[in-house]
Amino acid sequence: MRMAFQIAVSLLLAAPAHADTLFERLGGMDMITRISERTIDIAAADPLIGPHWEESNLVRVKAKLAEQICELSGGPCKYSGNDMVQVHKPFKFTNADFNRLVENLQQAMDESGVDHATQNRLLALLAPMQREIVTR
Amino acid sequence: MKSTMRRFACMLSAVAFPVCFGVSPALGNDNAKPLFDRGKLLATGGVSQVEGAGGAGLTTWALIGGYGSDHGLGLTAHGTLVPLDDFTFRSAGLALGVFDRLELSYSRQWFDTGGTGAALGLGEDFTFGQDIFGAKLRVAGDAVYDQDRWLPQIAIGLQHKRAKQGAILAAVGASHDTGTDFYLAATKIFLKHSLLANATVRFTKANQFGLLGFGGADDGYDATFEGSLAWLVTDHWVAGVDYRTKPDNLAFAREEDAMAAYVAWFPSKHVSVTVGYADLGEIALQDNQQGLYLSLQMGF
Ligand code: HEM
Repeated sequence: MRMAFQIAVSLLLAAPAHADTLFERLGGMDMITRISERTIDIAAADPLIGPHWEESNLVRVKAKLAEQICELSGGPCKYSGNDMVQVHKPFKFTNADFNRLVENLQQAMDESGVDHATQNRLLALLAPMQREIVTR
Repeated sequence: MKSTMRRFACMLSAVAFPVCFGVSPALGNDNAKPLFDRGKLLATGGVSQVEGAGGAGLTTWALIGGYGSDHGLGLTAHGTLVPLDDFTFRSAGLALGVFDRLELSYSRQWFDTGGTGAALGLGEDFTFGQDIFGAKLRVAGDAVYDQDRWLPQIAIGLQHKRAKQGAILAAVGASHDTGTDFYLAATKIFLKHSLLANATVRFTKANQFGLLGFGGADDGYDATFEGSLAWLVTDHWVAGVDYRTKPDNLAFAREEDAMAAYVAWFPSKHVSVTVGYADLGEIALQDNQQGLYLSLQMGF
């Protein structure tokens, strides 16, 4: 048992090497566009958070989200949308809203066959944005 | 303010009002948000550790148990079974997470000596046991969102333990049949690497978690350590290992460090199943106590 324990610890510490950029791991711009569109479609149809997008231009939101994920993941984009705080502030989003959108994104990535290590690498970049988006 | 008052009203009468449980649609209108909101991400409340607090296996984490967000509550119930070589450990309990800030827990433990009880002169199936009342307060950091900071999520907590079988505990040399553990826990999720690390320092007099009473030949508080390393395999599967040091207060028997390795499955926010292997070392003169670690948790 003690031996097995040591083996398990060393396996856990042997973090996988990240040779590719996250942008490549996600499948490039085509896949990022697909994931962003699907995320917003799932979110807009979600009974918990969907109504927030009732007044929005979804085509624009999808494109800006894709651009942002592209830039964050090291791809050849520059985010050209509005300031994150200004966009989200009027809605007074909560942590529960934020987490719900994360779940919608996870579903979209699952559907696109993105492996979980890669999903978590993207979520690690998005998670700190909670401080800009959640205001209640 | 209005919504806070409503939350407390719901808290007091949660069972009676289905609106608090999210039966009503939670749209736009703030007042319709359910109190038991399941607003946290899957697995981010951990599972019930051996003493009924949010954590895993043998270690207490800084995470608040259950799925209540910072505007909600989360209630969990657990049952745990650890059939060891010469004994059987069982526990059952409840934990309430309040606004992802405070965790209140109650757990009951049974330690059945089986046939070994007769050999030890206690009688066959003699069962040690204790009640554990726990409270944990998150004081800093956020294990999930603070991915760009080194600061872990930090919590302080206590576990007040009231052991059964006081006369026997006194006979084996324990100084007390009640005791209170205090702990400081730090949990960091490294999402980039799909890893969770936890370190906890516990100040305790407990012998075998408190099942064999508190204090003894040595009756001071000991600082003990609980460490966890877990791999977030997917959003539904977590695999981890725990290591926990323990005091060694009793003169009649040696007490050793404990460790466990486990896999936890989270099919939904309502259920999790933990299956693992625990090595609790020597207990009451019976060396090398190992066995399966099985735990079921239900969440509301
Ligand atoms: C890390 C998390 C998030 C990111 C990266 C993100 C990104 C974006 C982007 C790029 C836009 C478009 C900005 C523009 O039009 O210039 C946007 C708009 C929007 N987001 Fe988010 N967002 C996040 C979280 C959330 C959450 C949690 C919600 C609600 C549950 C939300 C609801 C909205 C809505 C309703 C709009 C449209 C606003 C409008 O129509 O003007 N977002 N978001």
